[in-house]
Amino acid sequence: MTSVMINIALVSLMVVVAVMVLRTRRLIPAIVMTGAYSLISAAMFVNLDAVDVAFTEAAVGAGISTVLLLAAMARLPNEEKPLKNNNLIAPIMVVSITGVLLVTAVIYLPPFGAADAPAHTHIAPRFLAESDAKLHIPNVVTTVLASYRGFDTLGETIVVFAAGLGVLLMLSGHTKTASSTAPQKPAVKSPRKVSKKQSSKTKTATSKKEQSQKTKAKKGQAS
Amino acid sequence: MMSDNAVFRVCTKVLFAPIIVYGLYVQFHGDFGPGGGFQAGVIIAAAFILYGLVFGMDALRRLSPPHIVAMITALGVLIYAGVGVASMMLGGSFLDYNALDAADPAHGQHIGIILVEFGVGVTVTSVMLTLFFAFAGFGDPKATQEEGRQ
Repeated sequence: MTSVMINIALVSLMVVVAVMVLRTRRLIPAIVMTGAYSLISAAMFVNLDAVDVAFTEAAVGAGISTVLLLAAMARLPNEEKPLKNNNLIAPIMVVSITGVLLVTAVIYLPPFGAADAPAHTHIAPRFLAESDAKLHIPNVVTTVLASYRGFDTLGETIVVFAAGLGVLLMLSGHTKTASSTAPQKPAVKSPRKVSKKQSSKTKTATSKKEQSQKTKAKKGQAS
Repeated sequence: MMSDNAVFRVCTKVLFAPIIVYGLYVQFHGDFGPGGGFQAGVIIAAAFILYGLVFGMDALRRLSPPHIVAMITALGVLIYAGVGVASMMLGGSFLDYNALDAADPAHGQHIGIILVEFGVGVTVTSVMLTLFFAFAGFGDPKATQEEGRQ
């Protein structure tokens, strides 16, 4: 009973924080409040005995993503622009239809914590029975994540890797759009353009490049 | 992004090593308590990010050069997939840890899980750091110059 009461309190707090995030126009308080939102949901996961999930939520949601958003904030203005058209009918329609669908789905779910729910009768009992007895690993979450579901976790790791790669490609400055490079000194250009413009800077750059290529070629011959 | 505040600087120096030790504990104790590669990776990356926030991005770039961190992102995936290939070499199927120790399958499972979680941790740490470098150093003229030099 107390656990249900704590959950109700935490979820109400999350709703309050979410409304506060929506109400504020200043971005830094909004980011900090999303961090607080993650921390409260981590507390809720602890209360539901999902310690591993709570751990991830606290570390990723409240920690890293807050820092990343704040770091990105350094390049943005401090305040959100006010909305120009205040036509709220369409958003309210979408939100209420989604809400109704979600509530109907919840009605058909098995009761919370029911022992005969499909999630608890399929293969979960086998994992619970085998993990400690056969593999001598008490934390079933780790066994399921790394061993029984090893392929999924490999996929997850590749997704994390791909995300990092994507951000690296977009933000590291190797690929530049025409607008962003305009005021800077010319970076690498195609050789045809260089010959047309004959700008001294790029000329020296290309001659240096050619030299380095020549030395490389020499080294290659030597070896 | 840098702080001259003595409290921040001293606290960061004191906390840096314990945060990494805690991250390693979460990493390698994941079999017995809550934790694992994903959480540990984020915690270890947080130590480096704290260092970068307090001592500046240049200090962090000296501590963990971005191009090396970017290479390490692939290393974690390689370790994970390598365990799978190793178990294939030893006669099992892909990611079948039982094959890693033919005499004692449970021990094989332990080895496999520890290695795989290590791979996850390596990738998550370096990807988080890469993200931080990308976001915090974006548009920073020094960063682009350095990358131009490489």
